[in-house]
Amino acid sequence: MFKILGKSWLSKDTKKFVINAPDIASHTQAGQFVVIVSNKNSERIPLTIADCDRTKGTVSIIFQEVGFSTRELGALNVGDSLRHILGPLGTPTQIENFGTVVCVAGGVGIAEVLPVARSFKKAGNRLLTIIGARTKESIILADELKQASDELFITTDDGSYGKQGLVTDPLKELLTVIEKSTHSKYPNLVYAVGPVAMMRAVSELTQPYSIRTIVSLNPIMVDATGMCGSCRVSVGGKTLFGCVDGPEFDGHLVDFPELEKRLNSFKEKEGCLNKNCPRKM
Amino acid sequence: MRAKVPQQDIKKRIQNFFEVTLGYTKKQAREEAERCLLCKDPLCVKGCPVEIDIPAFIKLIREDKIKEALAKIKERNNLPAVCGRVCPQEEQCEAMCILNKKKIPINIGALERYAADYGRSPVTSRESQVTSKEPETCNLRPATKISVVGSGPAGLTIAADLAKIGYSVTLFESLHLAGGVLSYGIPEFRLPKKIVDEEIAYIKSLGVEIQTNVLVGKTFTIKDLFEKGYPVIFLGLGAGLPQFLNIPGENLGRVYSANEFLTRINLMRAYAFPEYRTPVNIGKKTAVIGGGNVAFDAARCALRLGSEVTIVYRRSEAEMPARSEEIQNARDEGISLQLLSQPVSILGDEHGFVKGLECVKMQLGECDNSGRPRPIMIKDSNFVMDIDTLIVAIGQTPNPLLSKATAELKTNPDGTIVVDKNFMTSIPGVFAAGDIVSGADTVIAAMGAGKKAALAIDEYLRKRVKGQG
Repeated sequence: MFKILGKSWLSKDTKKFVINAPDIASHTQAGQFVVIVSNKNSERIPLTIADCDRTKGTVSIIFQEVGFSTRELGALNVGDSLRHILGPLGTPTQIENFGTVVCVAGGVGIAEVLPVARSFKKAGNRLLTIIGARTKESIILADELKQASDELFITTDDGSYGKQGLVTDPLKELLTVIEKSTHSKYPNLVYAVGPVAMMRAVSELTQPYSIRTIVSLNPIMVDATGMCGSCRVSVGGKTLFGCVDGPEFDGHLVDFPELEKRLNSFKEKEGCLNKNCPRKM
Repeated sequence: MRAKVPQQDIKKRIQNFFEVTLGYTKKQAREEAERCLLCKDPLCVKGCPVEIDIPAFIKLIREDKIKEALAKIKERNNLPAVCGRVCPQEEQCEAMCILNKKKIPINIGALERYAADYGRSPVTSRESQVTSKEPETCNLRPATKISVVGSGPAGLTIAADLAKIGYSVTLFESLHLAGGVLSYGIPEFRLPKKIVDEEIAYIKSLGVEIQTNVLVGKTFTIKDLFEKGYPVIFLGLGAGLPQFLNIPGENLGRVYSANEFLTRINLMRAYAFPEYRTPVNIGKKTAVIGGGNVAFDAARCALRLGSEVTIVYRRSEAEMPARSEEIQNARDEGISLQLLSQPVSILGDEHGFVKGLECVKMQLGECDNSGRPRPIMIKDSNFVMDIDTLIVAIGQTPNPLLSKATAELKTNPDGTIVVDKNFMTSIPGVFAAGDIVSGADTVIAAMGAGKKAALAIDEYLRKRVKGQG
């Protein structure tokens, strides 16, 4: 069984679970995820592995309660067990010494960027991290990321923490400063994780500078082992599976509008679950 | 006359997911069994991929010894309740039946199913019944650990056969339920999940341990399994990678692979949403592309969710690979066939959902490699079907996940795993059979291959022990 050993609140609606899953812990690499089934009738949902401890045999997940299934998961407590957990899934992040790396994360993406940021730093990169959220209380893991990065920039939509604005603002500023300077170099890699609109904006920003940009996509998944294609995305005109070919792809090649539309596929049904509609059949 | 198998009323059944075919009553089974000529040199057995002693079990049904009939079947077949339901008997045992000369072969499938359904006894008593057999062979192989990867028909068969010989077998499954295509692919109205659960409980009663939520290649590697003390690893991974049409519009909303659609319905029980939390979106008019059993399963599921359904196939009905019984069932249920039509593009609305399917008419030409007439496009014959849901069921190929993670594992260009005549892959000690070797085929073909692979593995381990001793 997959026992919940720790539960903590990172913000009002963002929770962290530490789960006993030794086989997953011993194989996890940065950028990978798990699929979780909370209870008997639950759906399968993908969640990034935010941290793992090989000696203790645990993995951590951080999730925002955005709908029925994440709320159902959030209702579990220490001592409870997850019905099912499968992982580690997906292709790990390509980690090497690129030179300078900028990690950009928005919302719950901040939790997802932490293991990747740490790995980039460990590989010897100069690491700049930009995190942003709507408001102060949604900024999570700021201390951990500060420790992992050479520089950390924080933005909030309402200006309640860090600079007022979007995560793309510090990135834009950085690129403009470099453009004007004669001695600074462009970052070698930009890594973005968060809402689709944000990953798209980051990719559009870096494209004119030809800075390699990796985005970690979040398409709808079912099995997450490559057998259904629910998570398919168009990358450079080719159809790829988010669960096995990704979840990370070249941001300059991803068809973001298509991804956004596909993410809306089940909106009506999600609404129905949230309102606890009676069964229609 | 062949005793007719009762079915659920058409009007009722299209509104539920309960089993369509109800199976023989005792009287009907007896009647049908009486027709068997009990041939001395029975051809039907040769038509069965696992070589069940068909006349022997039919004779036992005649004598009203149903439990004994089931035991006779189980000597060869570990999943009779499944096979009696989903085998294409008309191409196998029943195709060989001598009574075919009069065009009324014995309904072997229905009798096998009858024996399995009515001959069931508690799992515990079956356990003692089976493990008490073959005592002398047990001693030769003291609890050697064998890992079987994939719990579909091939994996279940080989696990059961090796456990019966006395090996300690662990079955690894990536999904949260065992059964492979029996659990996620074939719908409840053809194969009730309760039946699958019971067959799997039987396999467990033989001493097979099943570990779900293990994706070999990710959770463990092949190397890990060797290090965990399994000298033999069997790969029964199946052919689970869905093929797409590669035409414009394929990534629109409400365009599904049959695998996704069927997994949502069968494994996740989306038909019982919101009691079960996995949603499925189905519109008013559905087109299903393909002519195999998977296409018909998907079409009949969509119909039960309230959609009007058309099957679009590029050849004519005669070339459809689906079982004729299923084509008939689908027609009875009101599914229409749009034959000799090939999709060329999928049209979408402003929200990104499918709203139409553009097809081109086809005509049949000379036979191709598969022995079927080649469909040829008729120029300027394009037409548009007004649909809001599309399911693509044009076949599956092996999932490359494990072979990508295992450089030493040799594969063919089509993704199937290369094996020698003893089912051994390019890695010593690693065996494979079923769809991962043959490409997508039937449940019983995978079981037949699993049976032969079990013998090959046993021989390999015996030689290995001798070599060490």
